[in-house]
Amino acid sequence: MRALQIRGLTKVYDNGMQALKGIDLDVEEGEFCALLGPNGAGKTTTIGILTSLVNKTAGSVQIFGHDIDRDLTLAKSCLGLVPQEINLNLFEKVFNIVVTQGGYYGIPHHLAMERAEKYLTQLQLWDRRDEVARSLSGGMKRRLMIARALVHEPRLLILDEPTAGVDIEIRRSMWSFLRQINAEGTTIILTTHYLEEAENLCRHVAIIDEGTIIENDRMSRVLRKLSVETLVLNLDRDLQEPPRLPGYEIRMVDSSTIEVDVQSNRGINELFADLTRQDLRVVSMRNKANRLEELFLNIVDNKPAASRGAS
Amino acid sequence: MTENRGRVRQNITALWTLVTKEYIRIVRIWIQTLVPPAITMSLYFVIFGNLIGRRIGEMDGFGYMQFIAPGLIMMSVITNAYGNVVSSFFGAKFARHIEEMLVSPMPASLILLGHVAGGVIRGLLVGLLVTLIALFFTDLRPEHPFVTISVVFLTAVVFALAGLINAIFARKFDDISIIPTFVLTPLTYLGGVFYSISLLPDFWQRVSLANPVLYMVNAFRYGILGVSDIPIDYAYLIIGVFIVSLYSFALLLLKRGVGIRE
Ligand SMILES: Nc1ncnc2c1ncn2[C@@H]1O[C@H](COP(=O)(O)OP(=O)(O)O)[C@@H](O)[C@H]1O
Ligand SMILES: [Mg+2]
Repeated sequence: MRALQIRGLTKVYDNGMQALKGIDLDVEEGEFCALLGPNGAGKTTTIGILTSLVNKTAGSVQIFGHDIDRDLTLAKSCLGLVPQEINLNLFEKVFNIVVTQGGYYGIPHHLAMERAEKYLTQLQLWDRRDEVARSLSGGMKRRLMIARALVHEPRLLILDEPTAGVDIEIRRSMWSFLRQINAEGTTIILTTHYLEEAENLCRHVAIIDEGTIIENDRMSRVLRKLSVETLVLNLDRDLQEPPRLPGYEIRMVDSSTIEVDVQSNRGINELFADLTRQDLRVVSMRNKANRLEELFLNIVDNKPAASRGAS
Repeated sequence: MTENRGRVRQNITALWTLVTKEYIRIVRIWIQTLVPPAITMSLYFVIFGNLIGRRIGEMDGFGYMQFIAPGLIMMSVITNAYGNVVSSFFGAKFARHIEEMLVSPMPASLILLGHVAGGVIRGLLVGLLVTLIALFFTDLRPEHPFVTISVVFLTAVVFALAGLINAIFARKFDDISIIPTFVLTPLTYLGGVFYSISLLPDFWQRVSLANPVLYMVNAFRYGILGVSDIPIDYAYLIIGVFIVSLYSFALLLLKRGVGIRE
């Protein structure tokens, strides 16, 4: 079963800002998927549309087969959201916040109370159950929002930068908690700025930039792509077809220019030796910018998209 | 079939949750919700009813205190039904915990009903409190109990709905005091709370008839004292029209996500 299917999702905000430019995304049931991208890429907008907090401009969304235009109630019952911004009633008690959310989902009171106890305990907030949310630290508020999102035991949990600004120890305990509920069957989608976090938790990664999904693959494959460098070589004579070099991906740019993908750990001496053996000499060489890699560097540096040079 | 029954049960739970939450909020911050109207209305009774009222003499055949008591009760019901929904809904919007409801499967109509119920509860609680205070100053025995109860209840619904619409459009805290100050208060003060419109010149009598609050106050006064400046049927008709149109408008706004969804 597919937990999430997004087709042609587009969002233009009232001010004319086109935040999503027709994205497609699939997430299978049981996945732990990272939605990775620099600030302003459109992650929160996407999540907002899935959770009915933002109206879409065009496109379709199905959550466990329920279309949000036709079957919104069922779609919503399958979803739990931990938003990027704190949206707690700060004057309400921790326990009541979770139980009340359960009530909105139609969970009977006694069951909502049981689950509130269960999740507040697992998230180490049970001792604080009678305190108002205002008195909690930032990390505790995040965990409270996780407990709140779980009270109706959703099949798909979406977390929008849940560990932003949370110290490393708490981050690690949140990771192990998320891994545990994923192992118990909850599909998870998580956005993050921390590459380490995505690598650590997620088997699948979708990379979004400027409202477009530019990569959507298994984590391991994306990491492998990341370690590939593309070299552009000018050769001393014209070729009819790309030289046949086993182990390299080669494309012709023009008759005397080729592009070669090289694993970074492999070194280029070997490539030159192979070319020499075919009687090809390299006149000049440059490194082609790797968009994915550049993006990752930017994500890691946490630079907004606008400050990047054109690639 | 069973799925439908499950849905209905879920909706009842959701509505009950919201109404309980609203009720607890009113009682928890009673110093802000219940005490101020009690104090203001006591002052009205002492100053207008007692001190000044004695000089005024009779109005429509009743002592002035007795005449204004129903009007003051209605005035506090109107202000508090409206004020409760405005501050609760706008507060939830401002702190964004309105999102707790928006992400849940509860339909817009229940979000509407729950908040309106909160406003009605506060309006009626305050109305009851003010009635008890009034009893210290004057005698009130409803002539037409059904009219009394139904008019006060329906009026609370009207203004709770109006408060919700105000809160939906409000973007900043100023926006939730503009309508009460510039629309609600004048309409109430000029709505026959303090006088019978028969005291006014012809022209102003006719102008007053355009004020919906006049009908509600008079219908309520009719329920208690048995006198009214206007026909009671009109009052029910006007209240009914307001409820239907405000409800439809508020529901449309909520469904569209005006002010709460991007
Ligand atoms: N309410 C809004 N009105 C106008 N533009 C918005 C609004 N919210 C977000 N945007 C714009 O949409 C783009 C995507 O934002 P967002 O989805 O928040 O990105 P991310 O979560 O990936 O950082 C950004 O350029 C942002 O400025
Ligand atoms: Mg974001």
